[in-house]
Amino acid sequence: MANDVDLDRFIEWLRAFAGAIHDNAAELTELDSAIGDADHGSNMDRGMRAVVAALGAGEFDTPAALFKKVGMTLVSSVGGASGPLYGTFFLRFGGALGDGAVDAATLGDALRAGVEGIVQRGKAEAGDKTMIDAWLPALEAYDATQADGIGPALQAAAEAAAGGRDATTPLVARKGRASYLGERSAGHQDPGATSTVLLLEAAAAALG
Amino acid sequence: MKKLINDPADVVSEALLGVEAAHGDRLRIDHEHKVIYRKDAPRHGKVGLISGGGSGHEPLHGGYVGLGMLDAACCGEIFTSPVPDQMLAATSAVDGGAGVLHIVKNYTGDVMNFEMAAELAADSGVQVRSVVVDDDVAVQDSLYTAGRRGVGTTVILEKLAGAAAESGRSLDDVADLAIRVNQAGRSMGLALTSCTVPAAGKPTFELAEDEMELGIGIHGEPGRSRVPLASAREAAQLLVDPVLADLPYGTGDSVIAMVNGMGGTPLLELYLMYGEVHKLLEQAGITVARCLVGNYITSLEMAGCSVSLVKADDEFIGLWDAPVNTPGLRWGV
Repeated sequence: MANDVDLDRFIEWLRAFAGAIHDNAAELTELDSAIGDADHGSNMDRGMRAVVAALGAGEFDTPAALFKKVGMTLVSSVGGASGPLYGTFFLRFGGALGDGAVDAATLGDALRAGVEGIVQRGKAEAGDKTMIDAWLPALEAYDATQADGIGPALQAAAEAAAGGRDATTPLVARKGRASYLGERSAGHQDPGATSTVLLLEAAAAALG
Repeated sequence: MKKLINDPADVVSEALLGVEAAHGDRLRIDHEHKVIYRKDAPRHGKVGLISGGGSGHEPLHGGYVGLGMLDAACCGEIFTSPVPDQMLAATSAVDGGAGVLHIVKNYTGDVMNFEMAAELAADSGVQVRSVVVDDDVAVQDSLYTAGRRGVGTTVILEKLAGAAAESGRSLDDVADLAIRVNQAGRSMGLALTSCTVPAAGKPTFELAEDEMELGIGIHGEPGRSRVPLASAREAAQLLVDPVLADLPYGTGDSVIAMVNGMGGTPLLELYLMYGEVHKLLEQAGITVARCLVGNYITSLEMAGCSVSLVKADDEFIGLWDAPVNTPGLRWGV
């Protein structure tokens, strides 16, 4: 079983996510231009750069303090819907980590709390063609493999999220700007689900 | 991409420098938060009106800051909602003790960010009410979408609510009026070309020479259907019919009408379109009490136009005629 996650590994995760967003910014924007407003990549890149800058500037005593800073930074620098959604995720995620050691069960609970925050803020349900369609299978896979440890559980979650992301392609969007396209939103992969996979892949690499 | 810019990343902040240089006598700019203020805000005892949204729709919203309209406009990145910090700063700065009305266009990001700001402002003791504008009839099935978008009615609403606030009406009174304006307004738009977000560098969608996009929003997002390019007469019908059917408007109604350019259509064509729209309204027995023709809520350099109608009673028309002095609308002063 993998070791418990500490503060340094969380920071490593955030840096890896920022790197992945930067490397995939053009693709995310491309996906968003098909069914949205062509800014998901550039907005998330701006937000995660601000997060990386905050990581360099601040000292954090606890994961909760770290993720509060991350959430507030995203809310105030991303804009669009992604800012409040990712921001709320990290705020709730950090709040649920507690002060003790972060084992596989605690991490799973925190991920679930973060996703519940996204649902509350965005009011999306499964099948609406949003990031929730990547998150829900990811949580399920995490729970199913949690006994094997954080690494395998996050790996399974990332793979399940990728499956969920791919499954958004045929869906007709019912939330966000893509919903205005009606049937024409079908045939395009959801950008938010795509960036969610990057977040979980980075988690599997850094925390596993 | 051919644009008169320096760096795509600096478009909004550099445009604000220009707004300050041009209108510094009447407007004050908070460059850190990218908020445009009425120079004399806060006005003691007057309800503060703030709006905001992604940039790229000018003159909306910054061009409507001033006497008789908004007290502040929060400027997001292009086509991206501003963030709660901005609305929070604006809300505190324009509160003259009578509370603040948030005018929000119905887009997922705008609604979420304004909601977060309203929660934070309420915590700090400022009374806030919000009106969400959702007048776009192109979005038909609101149950299965994020709801109708806020488009042209926003301009008319900011004028009417601004006049009401200027005359000293209470926050609840102004907010309820704004809700009634939204309920009485409907819009529909079309595009002849897409537009290019500077950070993206290329058009958001492709449209062939012989096609137009019907039921567009104001963010370069594709519309509801792609149809063969039509004459102005046919295009006017395609815009007016769904608007009239939706409220519905009927014989004997008076309206405030707006034919709005999306940014890349000459005024000559907009007036030609207004002539067609006016004729269709006459045929339907509808009186145009007041009208606007021009670029009032745009989508960068997109070619195309939208039609907005707000069913108007004497109260609305009185508020419409009240003095306004902003960079985008000015009369009676």
